[in-house]
Amino acid sequence: MTPRNSLTLSMTCLWEVGRSQRSLWAACQCGLCPCRERCGTERMSATPTQKALPGLLWIPQGRWFRSAVGPTTLYGPPSGRGKPWSEKESAGTTQKVWFRRGVNSHNPCGTSWIEMVGEMTMVNVGLNDQVWGISCEDRAVYFRQGVTPSELSGKTWKPIIVGRESDRSHSGSSSSLLSAGCFFGDEVRGSGTESAPSDTDASSEVERQDPEQVLPRESVDNSRSLKGSLSKGPETRGSTEDTLENACPADSKKAPEASGVDECHGPASTPAELPWTNIDLKEPKRVSSQPSAGFPETTGLSSLGLFPLGMEEPYVADDHPLWAWVSGGGCAVEACSVLKWFTVQSGLSPSVQSLSLSITPAQTAAWRKQIFQQLTERTKRELESFRHYEQAVEQSVWVKTGSLQWWCDWKPHKWVDVRVALEQFTGHDGARDSILFIYYMIHEEKKYLHVFLNEVTVLVPVLNEAKHSFALYTPERTRQRWPVRLAAATEQDMNDWLALLSLSCCESRKVHGRPSPQAIWSVTCKGDIFVSEPSPDLEAREHLLPCDQMFWRQMGGHLRIIEANSRGVVWGIGYDHTAWVYTGGYGGGCFQGLASSTSNIYTQSDVKSVYIYENQRWNPVTGYTSRGLPTDRYMWSDATGLQECTKAGTKPPSLQWTWVSDWYVDFSVPGGTDQEGWQYASDFPASYHGYKTMKDFVRRRCWARKCKLVTSGPWLEVAPIALSDVSIIPESADADGRGHHIALWAVSDKGDVLCRLGVSELNPAGSSWLHVGTDQPFASVSIGTCYQVWAVARDGSAFYRGSVSPSQPAGDCWYHIPSPPKQKLTQVSVGQTSVYALDENGNLWYRAGITPSYPQGSSWEHVSNNVRKVSVGPLDQVWVIANKVQGSHGLSRGTVCHRMGVQPREPKGQGWDYGIGGGWDHISVRANATMVPRNVSREQEAHGQGPVYC
Amino acid sequence: MTDDKDVLRDVWFGRIPTCFTLYQDEITEREAEPYYLLLPRVSYLTLVTDKVKKHFQKALRQEDVSEIWFEYEGTPLKWHYPIGLLFDLLASSSALPWNITVHFKSFPEKDLLHCPSKDAVEAHFMSCMKEADALKHKSQVINEMQKKDHKQLWMGLQNDRFDQFWAINRKLMEYPPEENGFRYIPFRIYQKLGLSTLYYPGTMQTKVGLELRERDLPASESGLCSTFQHYES
Repeated sequence: MTPRNSLTLSMTCLWEVGRSQRSLWAACQCGLCPCRERCGTERMSATPTQKALPGLLWIPQGRWFRSAVGPTTLYGPPSGRGKPWSEKESAGTTQKVWFRRGVNSHNPCGTSWIEMVGEMTMVNVGLNDQVWGISCEDRAVYFRQGVTPSELSGKTWKPIIVGRESDRSHSGSSSSLLSAGCFFGDEVRGSGTESAPSDTDASSEVERQDPEQVLPRESVDNSRSLKGSLSKGPETRGSTEDTLENACPADSKKAPEASGVDECHGPASTPAELPWTNIDLKEPKRVSSQPSAGFPETTGLSSLGLFPLGMEEPYVADDHPLWAWVSGGGCAVEACSVLKWFTVQSGLSPSVQSLSLSITPAQTAAWRKQIFQQLTERTKRELESFRHYEQAVEQSVWVKTGSLQWWCDWKPHKWVDVRVALEQFTGHDGARDSILFIYYMIHEEKKYLHVFLNEVTVLVPVLNEAKHSFALYTPERTRQRWPVRLAAATEQDMNDWLALLSLSCCESRKVHGRPSPQAIWSVTCKGDIFVSEPSPDLEAREHLLPCDQMFWRQMGGHLRIIEANSRGVVWGIGYDHTAWVYTGGYGGGCFQGLASSTSNIYTQSDVKSVYIYENQRWNPVTGYTSRGLPTDRYMWSDATGLQECTKAGTKPPSLQWTWVSDWYVDFSVPGGTDQEGWQYASDFPASYHGYKTMKDFVRRRCWARKCKLVTSGPWLEVAPIALSDVSIIPESADADGRGHHIALWAVSDKGDVLCRLGVSELNPAGSSWLHVGTDQPFASVSIGTCYQVWAVARDGSAFYRGSVSPSQPAGDCWYHIPSPPKQKLTQVSVGQTSVYALDENGNLWYRAGITPSYPQGSSWEHVSNNVRKVSVGPLDQVWVIANKVQGSHGLSRGTVCHRMGVQPREPKGQGWDYGIGGGWDHISVRANATMVPRNVSREQEAHGQGPVYC
Repeated sequence: MTDDKDVLRDVWFGRIPTCFTLYQDEITEREAEPYYLLLPRVSYLTLVTDKVKKHFQKALRQEDVSEIWFEYEGTPLKWHYPIGLLFDLLASSSALPWNITVHFKSFPEKDLLHCPSKDAVEAHFMSCMKEADALKHKSQVINEMQKKDHKQLWMGLQNDRFDQFWAINRKLMEYPPEENGFRYIPFRIYQKLGLSTLYYPGTMQTKVGLELRERDLPASESGLCSTFQHYES
């Protein structure tokens, strides 16, 4: 098989870099490192993609690739180095595909190579980091499915089929079915003259020409050296305006569905003259051993095909051609769209493949609409005049019953077995009323309590290692701080009840579908996400809606922080600091079926650590021992020392979580540790320090273990930078924010301040991070309606960022703002004009003296204590998570509270209105601008403050 | 699936106005008035005609009461076909209400299955569900369900409870996100022909892809599709 060798050179190592500069792919032969061995800086200095996309931003290639080559010694046996390629190949080549993880504008080298499943002779990365490849096995063109901004490596390879008929029918007419929505180049330039001279020397490249259209192709000379082939790319590509049709002269009997290509929209900013996919046909590098492999014997193609010497195998008429080259550089495929056009499900025979439908979302929607219309017509036709007829089946009450446990209202509180029944009454119009009955026994007497589901304000899952339970709140129960708590025997049982009750609640309140852009989002301490539709009365001056009457529904997913903006951009941060962006879906988690959207739900995972402490006491004879005094705390305990927590006995927080690491010593605890991780103190409990003194009689050591949760929800990862805080610019309802991007600031988990560029309604994930220099690590950031950016550093002081504007998104410099006396600030939130900050002792501070000419303000004024988190919205409304709130029946920790009486002349307001809780950890009201915004200029007034705690 | 909820509801709440008339040769003791009823398209005749049976029995002599059966323009109506299907198949072009003749005598053994009780309908219905899930999920979903889930599904249909039915049926309509769809989409083709031969469910089960359903079924049958997509798609 000699003809292969010369081509092998160009095939053995192919690099493709995506447009976002975060997607780096390589295909290499086993045992050889693609970058080190073959791709020197010089050679890689021009990738086809780069040239194919003139005008797009590219960082200098030299820097990129020099650094990228570095760490690749990790794989590939050393023996493979320097050996001739042909030798390796004769030993049986595998062409592995590698993905470079962690490549971004900050770290162009990436972090590590990941081996991908599948063997490809080449890979090619398109506009949106979409990846195309040619499989070694069957030499078919493959498309990488599931490539998204957050998951650049994608999920699976999908083979692509294309129509031969369309190939032939394309006679220079751009009225081809495929033209809609695609980025074609100019007219075919010099058709015929462009035809490269037939170069059928040693490489015996296959040249296939359409009778009506000359396919551009790469000459063998070019393909011999990587540099050549890569740099040649642009010309060939530039000369091709041609589309899929001639790109894919495959065997498929049917032309691809016209509408399929509707998916092929590119970003509007993409230059219109971008060339479209160019899939040149080359000689297959290695002749497939399968007898079925061969070129199709088809009229349109075989007539001009020059078959290589090595291709003696009989070819099967219906088999697909062996592809050698694919370039998707001109094809923008939306990351989130489900690409159904010209892909086939594996495992189907070719004849079935040709039948394969391509259904676009648009078609689905049209189809659905059509069905709905037909049904409506049918109902009209068949029922209109006959509504007075008797129903064959009388509408009855549907009762779902079951056995649950209930956390009883009386003391001593304990779980008691109860029977529950959900009774639903549905009228013929579908309107529904539901009552939940809980039947229990007390003093051998049967009793029950009932809840009208249209009064329920929230259903919260309360999972722990022992119970699958959930809490049900009504306004009354919220005031009492005493929800109805019910536990099921199994997780499935609990999820069934939770999903059914949630659905009933949502239906009775007519809440469904995607949350509005103004929605208020919150997160519980378990990471559960809730969303509430704000009523206009919520921020009214008078007769405002008490916030214990807000209805919250759960969204799938797991987050620690969530921030929203009134244009529908929502970002979240997980416990593992992963950044997530909202996809527009709803449901996920345990909400499936009717309560979940069909698309935009993705798998989400989160990782957090569980901490236990090893405690020891000094014994004058033996030194520190794990034998304490009888009065001492457990020698293995939680942080408080009250609970015994052994390594073996400590379980993940709930059954949703599974261990993903072993126990390890945590050296990063506040106060510092010695080399073995110990912290010393005079006694338990005391303040610990990281070194031993004569007075220290006890010591402790923190052990951590990571656990992971996998769920699903409307969230997509924004890779790769881990965040600790994020803030999106709030916009007042009448503000015309369209036209420029949405300002989004964040703090990375390392304390770097970042500014996200390119965030818009259509692209809520944005495009890239802009680093904003600081002298020290930061902890919190917030941007106000008028681009006022405030931040809090880890040392507890505040900063104001000057001159931030749409045209200067990162501003110019930081102004230091001293913290309130003797307090270290932890969080800041900026509304329209108000700036609120929170310190580590739970005090809420208002920044007084802010004027348009002096945006830094003059002093901090104390507003309240007992606050854990603050969110100031575009109406300058102030919402907090209060630390403790006492109700008539119980105490709740972590309660949503709304500042009352906030007015332009009284921005600090007076008193609090208590909402849902406890167990809440975070709230964002920054999307809610559903009221006429107030005037910006106003006087500052100092007022007395009342503590939240009652 | 919420996007489809309106469609699902409309399919579920599809009704056919029907006029039941006693066969002229039945011997009656007193005049038997026609009986008018709105029949749910997705249900089965013997499941929803208790009232009809009671109404005509009153007019009959006690000794003449035997198994009830229905006929439309000379064609005996198979109780194991969904009502909407029977209507679309046989009577969609005729004027409403649908005139069904009620018989108590000369049961057409050649054409109809006996329906001794509602258990027979339930058994037939559940077997259809199982067949469909065999194609969709290799029967995994239906087999993992508990007896009470099966019961809820059936009771939902019997009592015309959309929510009760769909609380369970949704599980049959889902597939893991990593799979891009069902293994096969089950559907059945019914023909007007061969009415004299009785065949049991499943004999015409065809494993064809989705495209056949959309492309090859004539538009006029879309109502029919909608009728049984409840059970089978």
